Amino acid sequence: MVRDRTFWSRAFDVANIVILGLITLSCLYPLWYTFCLSISNKSAANAGLVTFYPIGFSLVSYKEIVSDIKFFNSFWISIQRTLLGTGISLLVGIMMAYPLSKSKDEFRSRDIIMWLLIFCMLFNGGLIPWYITVRNYGLLDTIWALVLAGGLPIFNTILIMNFFRSLPKDIEEAAVIDGAGPWRILFGIVVPCSIPVIATITLFVGVYHWNEFFHGLVLMSDATKYPLQTYIQQLVVSIPTNTSLTPDQYKRLSELSNQSLNAAKVFIAMIPMLIVYPFLQRYFVAGIMLGAIKE
Amino acid sequence: MKGKRGNVEKHYYLMVLPGLVWLFLFSIVPMVGIVMAFQDYNPGLGIFGSEWIGLENFRYLMQLDDSKQVIINTLIISSGKIVLNLLVPLIFALLLNEVTQLQYKKLVQTIVYLPHFISWVIMASIVINIFGYRGAINTIRSWFGLEPRLFMADPSIFRQLVIGTDVWKSFGFNAVIFLAALTSINPNLYEAATIDGANRWQKTRYVTLPELRPTIVLLGVLGLGNILNAGFDQVYNLYNPLVYSTGDILDTWIYRLGLTNLQFSLATAAGLFKSVVSFVLITISYVLAYKFADYKIF
Repeated sequence: MVRDRTFWSRAFDVANIVILGLITLSCLYPLWYTFCLSISNKSAANAGLVTFYPIGFSLVSYKEIVSDIKFFNSFWISIQRTLLGTGISLLVGIMMAYPLSKSKDEFRSRDIIMWLLIFCMLFNGGLIPWYITVRNYGLLDTIWALVLAGGLPIFNTILIMNFFRSLPKDIEEAAVIDGAGPWRILFGIVVPCSIPVIATITLFVGVYHWNEFFHGLVLMSDATKYPLQTYIQQLVVSIPTNTSLTPDQYKRLSELSNQSLNAAKVFIAMIPMLIVYPFLQRYFVAGIMLGAIKE
Repeated sequence: MKGKRGNVEKHYYLMVLPGLVWLFLFSIVPMVGIVMAFQDYNPGLGIFGSEWIGLENFRYLMQLDDSKQVIINTLIISSGKIVLNLLVPLIFALLLNEVTQLQYKKLVQTIVYLPHFISWVIMASIVINIFGYRGAINTIRSWFGLEPRLFMADPSIFRQLVIGTDVWKSFGFNAVIFLAALTSINPNLYEAATIDGANRWQKTRYVTLPELRPTIVLLGVLGLGNILNAGFDQVYNLYNPLVYSTGDILDTWIYRLGLTNLQFSLATAAGLFKSVVSFVLITISYVLAYKFADYKIF
């Protein structure tokens, strides 16, 4: 393309780069701000002096966390939940997606199951019936509430199914002639051919389980069983819900917390995300485009 | 041959079984609980023993001032989000598309996706700090001699704050679909426009935007289904009783009604209202998306 070389065109380029730069910095700021707060001196952090850079370097907060059993307990619960939740969702989702990727001739119940899935994706019983159901199963205060109560990830299953359908038919046909059964075809041929989509969805489900706080809040009555996000939510955001709260009380309440220690906890909670971020980056564009697949 | 097919099909049923059981236990069984919306539910008696009261719960809910305000708040916040979450990513994608330094473009893209993957629990704690009494915003205000404000306790700006921070958190992620659509525009169109003497603005106006139109329409239509979803995670983590008047949304209200005040029947009725309206709207939006943009989810 021939470049436009007029003055206004170049002025636009410069302004554009500056604006995009500022927008980009704004996206990095929360990370940087939390980091600065966590390594700042406690009194400086609590006095609200930290804005753009650390003040009075101190690692006290991180030292305190090392001996904080509750924090590590929640961290461990989140890790268990993320591994179990992602593993089960993926396995069940893949197993379900494969028969559904077949035509109605090959799997007669395909369309009925498909409509059932769509219906359950678009309609739900609401919070209270769901909560009472989980409670009746006796799952409250167990890790299985966190792993299973969110239900089958229907949309992800549909994405996997769409991908399975787009694979060329001949690879499977060759395996059928060699005498391979459906399980061998699925796990020996179809799954290895679908690594990009499976990687994308693994990351999505993993991020969901790591970031989810609400199930922890509602389904765990015992605070020692909170996953990390719920633990942090209780720590930093929680404000009493009584409606007699006055602005002055709100102000004092928000100044009570130990800013630097909380920031250190928040920062540690972000680290797993930052570690997988480069992988997320690589796959998620492909993942979003999967959602827009057309036949 | 027929027997062989039946045999393979048996395995297919085995494969979908775990998923169907999961679906049954956590999606379908809770739907039975919807009957609580038509009962005066008593936990001691359960849904089979509680008294049936017809539409009394719905009638009661409609009389409450709270419920009207909550629906108004939900609609304002969600429609603001739907419009701006379409416009801002679009403008961002167009600006980024004008950058010719490829490495800079890549760097910007890499970083702007980041906030989307950080939970609202964490983001809200940061937003509350930044907008706090001694936060960054008030620090900057003090440079201009302005008095500090208690932003998080101010009902007159809470909705704007919710919409703004949501757009900021997700614009990078939402721009992905536009960026992908931009790369698929036929370069010949731009060459033809150049030969016709079009400048950059004219190319954007007469080539890029028309080419993006199907994508814009599709995303707009699909957004419609979210009109009652104002974002529970975000609002729950940002709000406090001082801003209930403008910031309380359907989901947070249902949560407090049901699980804080233990009004199971009322909360179920309110939830059912939301589920039904959302179901109808999403179905309509899918049908429209299929008709106008040839979009299919499966």
